[in-house]
Amino acid sequence: MEFISHHPVLVASLVKIVVLLFIVMTALAYLTWFERKVVAHIQSRWGPYYVGAHGLLQPLADGIKFLFKEDVTPPMADRFVYLLAPFLAFALALTAIALIPFGPPSVTIFGQPALMVSNLDIGLLFLFAITSMGVYGVALAGWASNSKYPLLGGLRSSAQMISYEVAITISVVGVLLLAGTLNFNGIIESQRGYWRYLPFIPRWNVVPQIVGFLCYLTAAFAETNRVPFDLPEAETELVAGFHTEYSAFKFAMFFMAEYANMITVSCLATILFFGGWLSPFPDSWKWQLYLPGAGLLAAGAYLAYDTVTNMRRLHRLQLAVVTLLALGIGAVCLHPAVALVIQGPFWFVTKVLAFLFFYVWTRGTLPRFRYDQLMSFGWKLLLPVSLANLVFTALWIVVRHG
Amino acid sequence: MSVPVIMFFACAALAVLGAVLLILAREPIHSALALVLVMMSLAVLYVLLGAEFVAAVQIIVYAGAIMVLFVFVIMLLNAGVEERTDFSKFAKYAGLPFAFFLLLLMAHWLWRAPAGAVIASGPGAATQAISTRGLSTQLFREYLFPFEATSILILIAILGALVLARKNE
Repeated sequence: MEFISHHPVLVASLVKIVVLLFIVMTALAYLTWFERKVVAHIQSRWGPYYVGAHGLLQPLADGIKFLFKEDVTPPMADRFVYLLAPFLAFALALTAIALIPFGPPSVTIFGQPALMVSNLDIGLLFLFAITSMGVYGVALAGWASNSKYPLLGGLRSSAQMISYEVAITISVVGVLLLAGTLNFNGIIESQRGYWRYLPFIPRWNVVPQIVGFLCYLTAAFAETNRVPFDLPEAETELVAGFHTEYSAFKFAMFFMAEYANMITVSCLATILFFGGWLSPFPDSWKWQLYLPGAGLLAAGAYLAYDTVTNMRRLHRLQLAVVTLLALGIGAVCLHPAVALVIQGPFWFVTKVLAFLFFYVWTRGTLPRFRYDQLMSFGWKLLLPVSLANLVFTALWIVVRHG
Repeated sequence: MSVPVIMFFACAALAVLGAVLLILAREPIHSALALVLVMMSLAVLYVLLGAEFVAAVQIIVYAGAIMVLFVFVIMLLNAGVEERTDFSKFAKYAGLPFAFFLLLLMAHWLWRAPAGAVIASGPGAATQAISTRGLSTQLFREYLFPFEATSILILIAILGALVLARKNE
């Protein structure tokens, strides 16, 4: 205990990092399940169904499969860079999440803010610094494989990521001008309250910065190499793009890095444009404290019905465990002290989940761009529009505040 | 030894290692990666000096944009392994003593400057941490003219590059 009181920052940071890593890895695994399930239902299929009830154990099976598959290194590959690329991609993707505040700094552990690993003054810049390094993972993987499809995929991807990085950076500057700070908590706090003439709409940046938000969202899809901008891994043209030669867990690292980047980008959209961990309802509405617990209890009730009607005995057993977990956690969340703590993370996670659903929804709906369309869209439409948005915002601020 | 001092020596060693690797590597991509290592280590040194903004910009601009373009061009041209000729006589007999002399000069100059003391006493101890706001005030009030002059210079360079790269019709 003496060690803790002497090094509160170190101990608190380590605890937070371990817990966050555990949560993020679980979230990554179940994001793949979520995506497969949602895309399947969009296409009138069932998706994963047999490994566990509703395919709930599918991520576990996938993980074990990745671990035990043969790890092939192409004989002509540059061994060091070939190994470095997936580590770089995955480590950078995870580092970015450490900058995200999941709740207000008033919730503390050992005297340190509990719901964020770090609270940097230049949080947003640092996040961009880390994500701008993410290109290396893809580019180096393409080069080091020493094979034509990965090289083409890597080239496409680096060109695309460099192009859209300009647009994504400029599209968020409008928010920075409104907030006057680069600190994430400062940006979130600047969105507290309601509009003067529209008192039922929260003061979130998405209202004045709707153009910036749309530019950000489009560029974010391109940055994370997702449909409709997933040309680096266009199956019909490039087999699998930059990770064609990767197998087993190295492939899984690229896969998880992509999903971690999706989470980061969704978190950033939530923070910059949708008020981060702020609730959309006024503080005086006390019933919202019980929303997470009530939601979990409702989900538990549905799961109980699902458990009873399920045809297989093994799946009934698994669903019963999930039901009990949902009901138990829901009951704990109804306790006033717990409800107060999880209020911030609840709203944050809800908003991020909405964005992740949007990601998957887009994947199930839109076809892919052609490469020249992609480039001209980025440079000739997205960049000028976000620049115009920036100039307009700056002018508005000067006119308004002198 | 305090943590900042250990960090300083670790990152300084990494920077020197990266610089040596940059010259010794025969594969162009390895050289580029070594240069990224140098830039990342320099960014950490900037953080130690309390210049967070400069550190972030260092990573975004140099490691995240310029070096990515380097790697991109190396990949695009499919540059082969570089060939070694015998070391030139001039470099051997004039270069090495001159480099040693420069090193001595820098050591002498650094010994007298207070920069070492600043790092040893930790970030923000001797100098105020350079805030983004303070930096921009300096840049856009005091040094506005040099700033604008530099941007015009860069614009001219971009236009020059465009003219040179244009196809003859």
